[in-house]
Amino acid sequence: MSDTISFVLFSGTDDRLQAAAVMSAGAAALGKKVNIFLQYWALDAFRRDRIDLDHGLSPEAGEAGRAAVDALRAAGQASWKETLSQAKELGDVDIQACSLSMDLLHLEESDLDPLVDGVEGVTAFYISAEDGEIVFI
Amino acid sequence: MALEIAKTVDAKGLSCPMPIVKTAQAIKDVPSGALLEVLSTDAGSTRDFAAWAKSTGNELVEQTVDGGVYRFVLRKK
Repeated sequence: MSDTISFVLFSGTDDRLQAAAVMSAGAAALGKKVNIFLQYWALDAFRRDRIDLDHGLSPEAGEAGRAAVDALRAAGQASWKETLSQAKELGDVDIQACSLSMDLLHLEESDLDPLVDGVEGVTAFYISAEDGEIVFI
Repeated sequence: MALEIAKTVDAKGLSCPMPIVKTAQAIKDVPSGALLEVLSTDAGSTRDFAAWAKSTGNELVEQTVDGGVYRFVLRKK
């Protein structure tokens, strides 16, 4: 089992971000090095002024899915932001914004939530991924 | 003789993976050989704690369930 796992987050809906946060926190708890690379709509969700907003759910969620997600949250489930924050406190979790997506969305590093550690290109991401798996969400 | 618990993590009501995240955080604060107790209501806990203990080298000393509350005792490696 490799000591490094890397997640490419593309989708910016709360359900996918929640799943990614759970996967990341679980890996951090096992002592793995976790890299998170933010692209497109996932990066948009990490904007300082938008991270706490409702980002909707994947189309397949439907009304029943919306109700189920709301019920879990009402029962006290940590948000994806909180889950990632705890994962970073616990272990080695590095969150980087894709530089191309920064251009696409006309963002500066100061526009991003402090959870994001920096901006890098895809080559740097591959180098930090080492020989571990890369998961696209 | 009852085991001497150094620290307890109350993770009741927390959903996966928070019981494990809290445990991994808390075990940093106990000395090697000391016992950490965890209480959880997450149904995945039984398999998660066994796997986490095996992977991290900490020993799962005890595991019980009572009224939907899972209790784990881990000895820090």
